[in-house]
Amino acid sequence: MKRRDFIRNSVGFGVLSSAALSMGNFDRLMAEETDALQLPYDMVAIKGGEAAEMFEKGIASLGGMKQFVKPNQTVVVKPNIGWDSAPERAANTNPLLVAAIVESCKRAGAKAVYVFDNTCAEGVRCYKMSGIEDAVKKAGGTMVSGRTEGYYQEVSLPNAKRLKTARVHELIIKSDVFINVPVLKNHGGSTLSVAMKNMMGVVWDREFWHSNDLHQCIADFTTYRKPDLNVIDAYRVMKRNGPRGVSVADVATMKYQIIGKDIVAIDTAAAKVFGIDPKQVKHIALAEQLGSGTTNIDGLKVNRISMGA
Amino acid sequence: MKQKHLKIFRVVFSLLLLLGITSLFVDFRELIPTAWADRLLFLQFVPSVIQFITVPAVLSAGFIIILVLTALFGRVYCSFICPLGIFQDIVSWISKKAKVIKRYKFRKALNYLRYPVLALVVISLLFGSMFVLNLLDPYSSFGRIFSDIVRPGIIAANNGLASLFEKFDMYFLYRLNLDLVTWKTVFIPAVLVIAVVVLAFYYGRLYCNAICPVGTVLGFLSRFSVFRIRMDKATCTKCGKCAFACKSTCINIKTQEVDNSRCVACYNCIDVCPENSIKYMTGKGSAKAAFKPVAVTTDDSKREFIGKTLVYAVALTGLSEKVFSAETEDRPAGKIKNPKKYPVTPPGSVSIRHFTDRCTACHLCISVCPTKTLQPSFLEYGFTGMSQPHMDYGIEYCNFECTKCGEVCPTGAILPITVEEKKLEQLGKVNFVKTKCIVYTDNTSCGSCSEHCPTQAVKMVPYKDDLTIPETDTDICIGCGACEFACPVKPHTAIFVDGNTVHQVAKAPKVEELKQESSDDFLF
Repeated sequence: MKRRDFIRNSVGFGVLSSAALSMGNFDRLMAEETDALQLPYDMVAIKGGEAAEMFEKGIASLGGMKQFVKPNQTVVVKPNIGWDSAPERAANTNPLLVAAIVESCKRAGAKAVYVFDNTCAEGVRCYKMSGIEDAVKKAGGTMVSGRTEGYYQEVSLPNAKRLKTARVHELIIKSDVFINVPVLKNHGGSTLSVAMKNMMGVVWDREFWHSNDLHQCIADFTTYRKPDLNVIDAYRVMKRNGPRGVSVADVATMKYQIIGKDIVAIDTAAAKVFGIDPKQVKHIALAEQLGSGTTNIDGLKVNRISMGA
Repeated sequence: MKQKHLKIFRVVFSLLLLLGITSLFVDFRELIPTAWADRLLFLQFVPSVIQFITVPAVLSAGFIIILVLTALFGRVYCSFICPLGIFQDIVSWISKKAKVIKRYKFRKALNYLRYPVLALVVISLLFGSMFVLNLLDPYSSFGRIFSDIVRPGIIAANNGLASLFEKFDMYFLYRLNLDLVTWKTVFIPAVLVIAVVVLAFYYGRLYCNAICPVGTVLGFLSRFSVFRIRMDKATCTKCGKCAFACKSTCINIKTQEVDNSRCVACYNCIDVCPENSIKYMTGKGSAKAAFKPVAVTTDDSKREFIGKTLVYAVALTGLSEKVFSAETEDRPAGKIKNPKKYPVTPPGSVSIRHFTDRCTACHLCISVCPTKTLQPSFLEYGFTGMSQPHMDYGIEYCNFECTKCGEVCPTGAILPITVEEKKLEQLGKVNFVKTKCIVYTDNTSCGSCSEHCPTQAVKMVPYKDDLTIPETDTDICIGCGACEFACPVKPHTAIFVDGNTVHQVAKAPKVEELKQESSDDFLF
């Protein structure tokens, strides 16, 4: 064999084999539904403490993270890391909360805890400036790129009205446990950005959402994979100019956190905490119509924990 | 240092420099600090001259050092400093190892080619166009090849490797989006890399001695340099080894003379001479000696080369753009073109004029741009501005906190600015076309433009039925293109940035304090 042919063949083989490998089947082996899970409360609201402490109290009152994460499972944590701005600007989830969740999963015996977001600004800068990359690494989690098209695979949403397909990050498809960790903030387009809106960060082709009735698409996506747990960060809350914000003057310090499984109920509660009528946030009602949860939070068992003075 | 050691010194030095410069252009993980660009590119001839004209300073005086070195030792720039020259040497070395070129033989200088090419460069510069210089400047050509062709290849390799590691749950490498490659932006470097590789593979340093304007200019000077490579006629046995080794084909063994205008100071001849007869000597003999007429050899392979180049060029244009570009969903409103008058130049580039008069299109800014907003232009600056970078908001938008392009630009086309300055430098102004907006056409929420706007120059205001619609304020707009990038109306967006011919200073966004309300209640 000529040297030239050898080189040509080996390059070709290399390309082919890596292409073949990248086409592996990532379909999640369907984990048992956690719906059967009996929790002492439907929702926990905590206020007045530091982000990590509030989470520890809140999750403890639900029976601890072991209710959600079994030993040797893989966990994907999806905070909002949309912007390359510092934690004080409240455009991203509080890094201290993300770290507390990662640690808690590790303590419950998680094999690996992945963290990612399909950021709006340049990805490396968002991970760094938000403080989340550092915090997650220290806590023993793994940051995964979210702004690379190659990680997204098409899934179908048969029960959706407008959003019939979406390209979803492979970690959401294959991880055993999915924890959604949004930050509560104002949003120019969707009125409010909380748990359901945060799910846009697990999708590649979200331009479709904007051009096909944004609120309906946000609601539609709840028919795909609902998070096993939602933790809403309302420690610092961006009250206007959201979701990116212009300066720290847009931010109110509320020291608040809400934990729960029902993504509709938790967004309803968050709207009230933010100070607006949940009806103004159209995707909340639309998601309830699709059967993804309830807006009737008065009928739920809510644990309210007050910390500090 | 004995002159026999000069070659190894040249090889080590040039390879290290080439490694450094190449890393600048292919560093897709932002591992190399931008300050390295100044150091590594200080001696690049054409960028340094332009930078010196723009900002006369010691840090931009690299070309003076090159002129002094040339006056002393000949065209050392071509073998030690020029990345395209070093790259060609590697190609010739491979060719020799593959036994394609066994030996070089003396060839007459192609004066009928190199002087008219230089004249063309000068004439076009006199007419105020950088076009011909940009096409032929060796540093910039090297940059384009590595930024536009090699870099995407390396990212593809990285992605393959990353997916392999991910199989084992290792994420320290991660996949990246491949740089967008279209024939419009890639054909200039593609034609060039084919030309340079083929020439170097079959003819050694012919490109440098027949086309390169920098080579021709330095060649004028190197004829008269203090130390010149010469043959000692007394000890030379005319064995011809030096001429066989000469990539510049400038050693005439019959007359025992060296054409110093073409000698690139590679020292291969010194290395191979068994009698130690060819080496640097101070100029005693007449410099004109090298220009005596010598036997002319015709060369059919040259014709073959031109033919091949044409075939490759035609083949390349056949690559349809659709193969590479991403799919877009077309809405009726997206088919209506926008009245965009001017392209957008990067922050720090002062004005379109300042930028296009100085940019040699080396594409280093494109390589370091973390978002890939900077893209090679096609006809945005007109034909003569082809491949000078522009801000392509169809692909991405300019990161609010980033000033990297100005930090690396070696010519001063993009001047370094602080982040504070950047946040107020208005590259262009926002234009909103309400009749194309989703909120107007579909009566549904969107807000994608305002969501991405760093200054809220695009703000969502009440419209009807709980809907909000964008409202723009050009005073605080900096023209970063976030709104245009984010607009889902494709391909001609409902909101777009029209470039400022001269960059302006935007007003800072107003900051009002927020009323902090606290409640003891749980609020629900």
